[in-house]
Amino acid sequence: MMAEGQLKQGIAAGRLAPGQYTANFTDLHPPLTQHEAVVEADRCYFCYDAPCMQACPTSIDIPLFIRQIATGNPLGAAKTIFDQNILGGMCARVCPTETLCEEVCVREVAEGKPVQIGRLQRYATDEAMNRNKQFYERSGSTGRRIAVVGAGPAGLAAAHRLAIYGHDVTIFEAKPKPGGLNEYGIAAYKATDDFAQAEVDYVTDVGGIAIDYDKALGRDFSLDELTANFDAVFLGMGLAGVNALRAEGEEAFGVHDAVDFIAQLRQSNDLSQLPIGRRVVVIGGGMTAIDAAIQSKLLGAEQVTICYRRGKEHMNASEFEQDLAAAKGVSIRHWLQPRRVITEGGAVRGIEVEYTQLVDERLVGTGMTETLEADQVFKAIGQSFESAPLNGSGDAIETEGGRIKVDSEGRTSHLKVWAGGDCVSDAREDLTVAAVAAGRDAAESINRALTSNGRA
Amino acid sequence: MADIRSDFVGIKSPNPFWLASAPPTDKAYNVVRAFKAGWGGVVWKTLGEEGPPVVNVNGPRYGAIWGPDRRLIGLNNIELITDRDLQVNLQEIKQVKRDWPDRALVVSLMVPCVEEAWKAILPVVEDTGADGIELNFGCPHGMSERGMGAAVGQVPEYVEMVVRWCKQNTRMPVITKLTPNISDIRNPARAAHAGGTDAVSLINTINSITSVNLDSFSPEPSIDGKGTHGGYCGPAVKPIAMNMVAEIARDQQTRGLPISAIGGITTWRDAAEFMALGAGTAQVCTAAMTYGFKIVEEMIEGLKNWMDEKGHSTLDDFIGRAVPNVTDWQYLNLNYVAKARINQDACIKCGRCHIACEDTSHQAITHMVDGARHFEVIEAECVGCNLCVNVCPVEGCITMEPLAVGALDQRTGLWVDSAYANWTTHPNNPSARQAAE
Repeated sequence: MMAEGQLKQGIAAGRLAPGQYTANFTDLHPPLTQHEAVVEADRCYFCYDAPCMQACPTSIDIPLFIRQIATGNPLGAAKTIFDQNILGGMCARVCPTETLCEEVCVREVAEGKPVQIGRLQRYATDEAMNRNKQFYERSGSTGRRIAVVGAGPAGLAAAHRLAIYGHDVTIFEAKPKPGGLNEYGIAAYKATDDFAQAEVDYVTDVGGIAIDYDKALGRDFSLDELTANFDAVFLGMGLAGVNALRAEGEEAFGVHDAVDFIAQLRQSNDLSQLPIGRRVVVIGGGMTAIDAAIQSKLLGAEQVTICYRRGKEHMNASEFEQDLAAAKGVSIRHWLQPRRVITEGGAVRGIEVEYTQLVDERLVGTGMTETLEADQVFKAIGQSFESAPLNGSGDAIETEGGRIKVDSEGRTSHLKVWAGGDCVSDAREDLTVAAVAAGRDAAESINRALTSNGRA
Repeated sequence: MADIRSDFVGIKSPNPFWLASAPPTDKAYNVVRAFKAGWGGVVWKTLGEEGPPVVNVNGPRYGAIWGPDRRLIGLNNIELITDRDLQVNLQEIKQVKRDWPDRALVVSLMVPCVEEAWKAILPVVEDTGADGIELNFGCPHGMSERGMGAAVGQVPEYVEMVVRWCKQNTRMPVITKLTPNISDIRNPARAAHAGGTDAVSLINTINSITSVNLDSFSPEPSIDGKGTHGGYCGPAVKPIAMNMVAEIARDQQTRGLPISAIGGITTWRDAAEFMALGAGTAQVCTAAMTYGFKIVEEMIEGLKNWMDEKGHSTLDDFIGRAVPNVTDWQYLNLNYVAKARINQDACIKCGRCHIACEDTSHQAITHMVDGARHFEVIEAECVGCNLCVNVCPVEGCITMEPLAVGALDQRTGLWVDSAYANWTTHPNNPSARQAAE
């Protein structure tokens, strides 16, 4: 039965019956029970030179950890995971496994049913974290102090590895809470029960990591200060800017950044108080677009449409994510670009979109338009790096393609500064797991630079 | 349509599937349910002599090993012979046989190793109208400590002696059930044969400890913190049982002695394999204890279906057909050369064949060819051992292909010879017997 609130015009809160919110935002993939985990683990063939491991940006020894689960040693499995990826718990929840490890699983290739690596990883990491089992001890203090900018996946991974080596780490975080996109940017049903905060606690429990909140680079401190006061600096501040639609009427009430909407939703204590349009249009084709669209639907929007300016095959969102959106009742339309937001009394009433096509590999409008009814429009056409806070406050750091330029170890053009995660130019896809790998590898590089053959 | 009626040493049953002497055949209630379900016969759980019955432990009697999804692979038990009153058992046997005349009803017996004890029990069993008796010389726990069960079965002279007493004191066919807990199964089989047994049945259960509790350090099943070696059975023991059946089937002294097979029989296929190795009937216990009596429906239909497909119209058409093909290692043809071949279309590139061969065998499978993940047999290194076939998770992906006569074996540099030649005549054999001169 349709809840009463669903037909409310405009942008309104409380569209669903009270109990429906919890049901809608429950764990997307519920955790495996011990027996389910053992049975699933048995499906793993323990491949030689396993393709899944090659596909993992953090190179987790997947066959080994799965075998450890199979033999009743989930803590050992967790250690195998954390050795490579200290944020293995979140990655188990948010990795697009269908385009990484599970895509190349030989059982996916053979029968279309990969071993559920992500869920097994969650089983193992949950076991360790629920028991607060810490696997690492800090080496004796090196006396070296390292500044990390941003308590997101890259910064946390770097901080943890550096802390283990005995360095003292201070993380400067612009927001009031740590976790970065894990806290503010992941769909709620992928990280339930305040998991991002629990994970930060677990990671920082190793010791030697202090987090200074509400401290933004360029506002509260400068890069100069960091390089002067610390032995090394790691920049992992992510992307602060949101790309504009460049469509008329963009500033109207009812046009929002999808990332803000997702963050707001994640921080909400009462989803029934969160307003959502009756008819929502999301512009974009990536994970953010999907997350915003699905969550709009889950909040009770009657009609949610994703408009993407290219074809299905060009979408950054994985096939699985697209199917998930479709299953939740989101309609995804391709080859449409926004032209004009239609407003009435300053509020959104619809959006005019134009059909597009590829001409000589170039995307062009066809001139044919269509108007979609909408009370709310979410922009999810990508984020961008804001370099002003960085280079307005210290020695110029070289950028490339609008992001920080780094070498294969994460070194920037500044001798004392490393960077990783979404803010760097070679960000291997904008994935949590890639940010973790970058943070970890930069930490190794910093440690090598600060010590002689690994000795302080 | 295949006719699967069985006539085993004169004991007739509508199909060759019998329930073995064990808890499923402990009393009329179970046996009647089994007959209703379609079982061809039962061996009634072992009766002891008149007097106060044995007592079982009051804690766990079974231990097990499982596959990851709790599929029961092996079961062990420390249960004893029937703990019900002898007269009650006899009355029930009589009634059941009367009600189910077309089914085989064999009674398992175990009494002390003195002639009087056997002389006392045989007539009262005969009086029930039972079709035959099975001598329990196999029980490996509890009863063996009292000089019965495996304690008899492990001494061929005792086996022969008791069998002879029984043959002299009853007209019922005698089936002698053998214990596998012995170095050479042929010795008790020969002894039973010498004593005049009509048939042997095997195997009884194997001495075993299924697991050790790593918290309490007690073997399982644990009775108040202690455990004892129970009898192991179920799918895990089938290969051991099949070898023992085959050894008796092909032994010069016991060849032709009827065999009732026992040991991990779970499906029609298991039964057919045992029968191909010479067994006349197939006794089942663990499978029934795992899934209930209904499994016999699958066994009956599966066996008929296979017989129809292969053109076997009666059981005798295939019983023993594999026996001539069981031989000693020394007679295997050393001129037969096979090489593994990987079907690249079926290969899922897990690499298990490679690592098994690379780490533990003959370095005869690639993992990389021209920079790409690729698994291929290097014929010049392949000894044809079959390990890759067995570790490959894809059925039929790797096959063993015999080299044709005249083909070059790249490993040895020799041409495949059409002649049969075995170790007995091989030049490397210091005691090679030359062909008759």
